[in-house]
Order: sequence, then C-alpha cells, then structure tokens
Amino acid sequence: MKTILFIEDESTLQKTFGDILTQDKYKMISALDGKIGLRLAKSEKPDLILLDLVLPSMHGFEVLKKLKQDPETEKIPVIILTNLEKMEDVEEAIKLGAKTYLVKTQYRIEEVMEKVKKALGE
Amino acid sequence: MFEKIGNQLDIIGQCKRYGLSVWQCPQFLFVVMGVFIILASVVSYLVGARYILSPETVIFIVLIVASILFIIAFVITRSFERLAEASRMKSEFINIVSHQLRSPLTNIKWTFEVMASEEFKVPAEKQEEYFVNVKENIARMVELIDDLLIVSKIEQGSFSVAKIEISLKDLIKDLVERYKVFAEASRIKLNFSSQENLPKVLADPSLLKIVTENLIDNAIRYTKGGGIVEIKLIKEKDKVLFAIKDSGVGIPQKEQKYIFQKFFRAENISKERTRGSGLGLYVCRSILNKLGGEIWFKSQLGKGTTFYFRLPIK
Repeated sequence: MKTILFIEDESTLQKTFGDILTQDKYKMISALDGKIGLRLAKSEKPDLILLDLVLPSMHGFEVLKKLKQDPETEKIPVIILTNLEKMEDVEEAIKLGAKTYLVKTQYRIEEVMEKVKKALGE
Repeated sequence: MFEKIGNQLDIIGQCKRYGLSVWQCPQFLFVVMGVFIILASVVSYLVGARYILSPETVIFIVLIVASILFIIAFVITRSFERLAEASRMKSEFINIVSHQLRSPLTNIKWTFEVMASEEFKVPAEKQEEYFVNVKENIARMVELIDDLLIVSKIEQGSFSVAKIEISLKDLIKDLVERYKVFAEASRIKLNFSSQENLPKVLADPSLLKIVTENLIDNAIRYTKGGGIVEIKLIKEKDKVLFAIKDSGVGIPQKEQKYIFQKFFRAENISKERTRGSGLGLYVCRSILNKLGGEIWFKSQLGKGTTFYFRLPIK
C-alpha cells in the first residue's frame, strides 16, 4: 500500500481527501503545518507528498526547499496543492523541485486523484 | 542606508512593483521631468545671456525657472505615485480576498464532488459530517464577505450610524453567554464584571456588537492551551470604558504599530492560525471612530493583551 503525506492546514480538506484516498487503497498521513510535515516526511518516507503553500509555522516553499535538500527526502515527488495562482509562485515551485503545481479551485477532486496516480507512476 | 538609496535608484524595479509600464511609472516620469528641467535651465540661460547684460539677473531668472519647474514636476509625480500606490493596494486587496474566499470554497466544492461522485461511495455515517463541513465553510465565507462589505462602506464613506441609547452591560452579558461554550472548549474561563449602575452609551447596537464580538473572539482564539479572559466595564467621567484582558500569545513589540491596519496579521498569529482575514481590528477601530469612541491596547509577548475602548455616555 502506497503512502501519501498531505501537508495542509485545512483539516476539512484533509478529511475529505483522506476519505477518497483510503477508498482507493492508499494510506494517507497528514500534517497541519510545515514543521510536522517535514518530520513525518523523514520518519514515514511517503511515496508522494501533497503540499499546500500557505501554512502555519513554515511556508510551503521553505518546506519544499528543505525536503529537496535532505538526501533522505529529496527523491519523494511533491505536488503543490494550493490556492495561490501567481505565475511567480508556479515558477518558484518548479524551480525548487515540485513535480506539479495545482490550484485547488481549478481542479475537480477526481482530477487531483488522477494527478496523484500519475505522480505515483500508476 | 545604502540599500535604501539603491532601492530608490532602481527605477525599473519600482515600476515593476506598481505593475505599470515605464512611461506610466511615477519614478521614471520624475527622471524625465528632471531632464526637462535641466534643458529648460540651459535654454533660459542661453536666452538670458543673449538678451540680458547683467549676469546676476540671468542666474536669478534661471534659478526661478528651474525652481518653478521642479515644484511642478514634484507635484505631478507625487500625484502619479499616489494613484499608482492606490492601484497596487487594490490589486493586493483582490489577491488576498480571492485567496481567503478560495479556501472555504475549495472545501465546499470538493465535499460536494465527493458526495455526488459515482466513483467514490460516501458511507451513510459520513453524510452528516460532510453537510456540517459545508455549513461551516459557508458560514466562513459569509463572515468574510460581511467584513469586506463593512470595509468597503468605511472606505466609501457611505457608513450610516444610528445613535441609540444602549446598555453595553446587557449586550456583553448576552455575548458572554454565547461565547462561554466556545471558550470552555478551549479550556478558557470567560469572566465578566461590570460597575453597578453603569450608564447607557450612545451607539449603534449592530455595529457595537460587531466590535465586541471581534474583541471577544480574538481574545479566546489567541489564548492558547487554556487561560482566563476577563471583560470589565467601568464608568469614566462622561464615558464608559470596556476592557478585555487575555492571557494569550501577545503582540510582538515591533508589530504593534501596524495592528489596526487593514489585512495586517502579526507574525506570531499568522504562524499559529492561517485563516484570519486581518480585517477585524481595522473594522473595530473604524466603527469606534465613527461612534465617537477610541480603541487602544497594551500587550506583552507571551503574556497577553488587553484591548480597551471608550464610548460616550448618552
């Protein structure tokens, strides 16, 4: 069973997305802020990380930077899942090593699932 | 200091910040005006030197022409700068608001998509939880839109205020009852005391409710891990003083001067809680100013904050 780490401060979104991931036979672990997210990424070694940008305690870009600098986590694919849609943010995320950048309101939840599966190579 | 000068000289960078083309940018226009002033000074010198015999008079005329042009250039570019700054703030306002609205909107959208999906089967016991999610997120959007409408009315000046005699004591008592459950859920004790025979104040009840709700809500929200929130009402000459003291996170010293600014959120609370709109205290101050009152605070980082406001007695 593949594990997905969802770093997101909206607990409702975590629950909703967690429900469908579990139905699709994935294991979801969640973090409500960047620091916990980083810790879980190191300890749990997930197969994929879904990362929000506006987060308490540490901005998503800082989390992404640290993930990519750490040899233990650098290979884990990261999908940015946010509601910021400035071109500079997209460019920064890709520059820092994110695999995909998704603006939440522009995607249906099924489409996000497809991107998740694609990133996992399924 | 050198960095400051460097920033001032970076004209292209400053124009980019305003989101304007170079020819519409106040800083660039100032440079153009500068070149024009130099040219005008040279021309007036040449003309003066040819037709006027006294060199002192020539220099005097050149100085007068250059000074007048400089003042005109300064006034024009300052007005452009103000317009550009207003336009930048408007774009920033739209960016922040759209982001704030998108968070609850995503929650509602995804929850409904899961519920309506044929692919994902929502268990019956989850249905109620999903409806509660939707309800809560709609309430969040309504709250934000209400705040924005007040802000918009404040800024347009179309802000009508009814001044009615009201008992601040009764109003707070009702609110304390309502907020007690919310406070107790976070292990916070909400105390309220009022001076005997407190006179009524002259204010708009619905607006005063917005102010007090905002202050009570903040005090509870930013008192982490249990504590006490104390509300007091005291008569002070021809005014009534409201004080709300919390044992919360406090406001960092260097950020205290910005606390009533629109959309400002102190760094320590933005880290704890990313949801606030940064409009609450701006709205409170604007309403109290309109009601002839005043608001201020005392705060110590890590120890707590006390917010005060004063309102005139009828």
